[in-house]
Amino acid sequence: MTTTSPRGVRGDGSPRERGVPGGRPPGLAGVAALIADAPVPRPTLARTFNAMMAREFRVLRRNAIATFTRAVMQPLLFVFVFAYVFPKIGGGFMLGGGAAAGAAGAGAAGGVNFATILVPGLMASMLLMQGIMAVTFPLVMEFSWQRTIEDRALAPVPIRVLAIQKIVAGAVQSFIGAVIVFPIVLLVHAAGQAPHVHVTNWALFALILVFASLLTSSLGLLLGTIMDPRKMQMLFAVILLPATMLGCVYYPWSALHHIRWLQIAVLVNPMVYMSEGLRAVLTPVLGHMAMWGVLLALIGGTVVFGYLGTRTFTKRVLN
Amino acid sequence: MTDAAGATIRTEDLRKTYKTSRGDVPAVRGIDLSVASGQFFGLLGPNGAGKSTTIGMLTTLVLPTGGRAWVAGLDVVADPVGVKRRIGVVTQNNTLDMQLTVAENLEFRSRFFGLGLREASRRASQLLEVFGLADRRKAMSTDLSGGQAKRLLIARALVHRPDVLFLDEPTAGLDPQTRVNLWDILRVLHAEGQTILLTTHYMEEAEALCEQIAVIDHGEVLASGTVNELKESAGAETVITVRYEDAVPGDMTERAGLARLAHRPGVSKVEADGDYVRVFTREPEGVLGELVTAGSAAGLTVRDATQLKPSLETVFLTLTGREYRE
Repeated sequence: MTTTSPRGVRGDGSPRERGVPGGRPPGLAGVAALIADAPVPRPTLARTFNAMMAREFRVLRRNAIATFTRAVMQPLLFVFVFAYVFPKIGGGFMLGGGAAAGAAGAGAAGGVNFATILVPGLMASMLLMQGIMAVTFPLVMEFSWQRTIEDRALAPVPIRVLAIQKIVAGAVQSFIGAVIVFPIVLLVHAAGQAPHVHVTNWALFALILVFASLLTSSLGLLLGTIMDPRKMQMLFAVILLPATMLGCVYYPWSALHHIRWLQIAVLVNPMVYMSEGLRAVLTPVLGHMAMWGVLLALIGGTVVFGYLGTRTFTKRVLN
Repeated sequence: MTDAAGATIRTEDLRKTYKTSRGDVPAVRGIDLSVASGQFFGLLGPNGAGKSTTIGMLTTLVLPTGGRAWVAGLDVVADPVGVKRRIGVVTQNNTLDMQLTVAENLEFRSRFFGLGLREASRRASQLLEVFGLADRRKAMSTDLSGGQAKRLLIARALVHRPDVLFLDEPTAGLDPQTRVNLWDILRVLHAEGQTILLTTHYMEEAEALCEQIAVIDHGEVLASGTVNELKESAGAETVITVRYEDAVPGDMTERAGLARLAHRPGVSKVEADGDYVRVFTREPEGVLGELVTAGSAAGLTVRDATQLKPSLETVFLTLTGREYRE
């Protein structure tokens, strides 16, 4: 249905043109002026890139409530259950004898509560979640059905710039998602269960956050370009869930030395380096992986996933 | 911008073969086109003829597997960014940005092409006014009707005064009134000197709008020229088809005097196949009557009869021997 069907019936039934036979014909004189009066385009790489980023922020602002809720609920519920409910219903229940003991066994300082373990882990988990939500899901939509990706693919920049723009925009969202965890973990806990967070090196903290954000959005781009849209639910079962559960979110990597094969096997999981890197700068009281290994994995992973994602993206756009 | 030969769009043996799990599928098999600046050019062919693939290659989103193509003097493979700066594309699908409002779709597209904030907003308002969308400016683009969405797609393709406007099946799926409105817009654009390349599977659309037409099927150009030239080259023949209730017997040609029909002045071809007989002629007078008589002589009852005046449809029939499938 359209505005201008012979009977003046329109599909969306908006009042403006309803009942006007043929709708309102476009002013043809104006069409001529469009050509005569057209602005001269002066696209540059930077202008187009910035305009694309501005578009992302406009969309982000429009969906602010949904995005914010998505970013807040998971960490809020986790922290509430692990740092408030569990300590209240009995310190010995699971935590005292479980994770915290494992952490202590890994050579951590005494008196480490689960909230302390959870801070870097939750941030890493949010990075991955937001990176995928911000990049993979929209991308799958853009490639399927109407191929709306062609809208931006026709912008006057190389396709790989569009891919890089998507990585950067996704990284900003992951970054925000991770930062939101901070006030939540600091505020929500039972009395005496506050996490021991102490940032010694802000520059290193920022570096780790930035590369962890870029890594997740690069991974998001790669997944978005290789995933079959009909198998999206597999994303949770095959990627998100294992990456989180085996990503040293709920336990420090060093504590895994009890299960040596697992400690080695999880090294393929990029989440491990995000959790451990953040653990090293946020909660140094806990044992953590060597910093050189963390940085190598985060930066190397960003480069590798970024390269692969950009390649598959370009191949999908240009067929 | 044009190349040395004065063409705004030129292709040389342009080819695209898709590799699939079932082997190579040729979509475009060596197309040569030349579109002059300011021309309204139509690529006419049935669905699956290779039109969209051709337009995809010209707009840099499909990589050719052979041959070359230039748009606004620039090689589409060597300088895709330069080409994209100079073209506006109305895609066949609704590729509006679903996350943005109607006005934002135009504003951001303007900004992608380097316009400043204020300039982009002014251009968007102008386009919305002209395309009758001003009252929908704050609506989300997903809330537009089919005709409105198509108008917005055209408006969006014009934000930066492109050298060439590409339209891929612009009126497919639109109701007749909306289609005629769009035709009016395109005619004005053309009158203002806008070079336009349009693909369509509607004969009447190509006939109504395009100065030059290339008839394309199975990835090849079958014929090209103006509508009149095409009719002329195909002999400007009337095609008369008579279908009978039963299959036409093999010996009908001799038995019922169809052979004599073939020798009538003006008749170039008589085809008998299945349940029909088809005559291509410049002098259609009386042919239909003879076919009916011939049928009854052979014991056949006429089911239906059509007489097509020289048109693109008869051109297509003459060129391919197949009826036009839309």
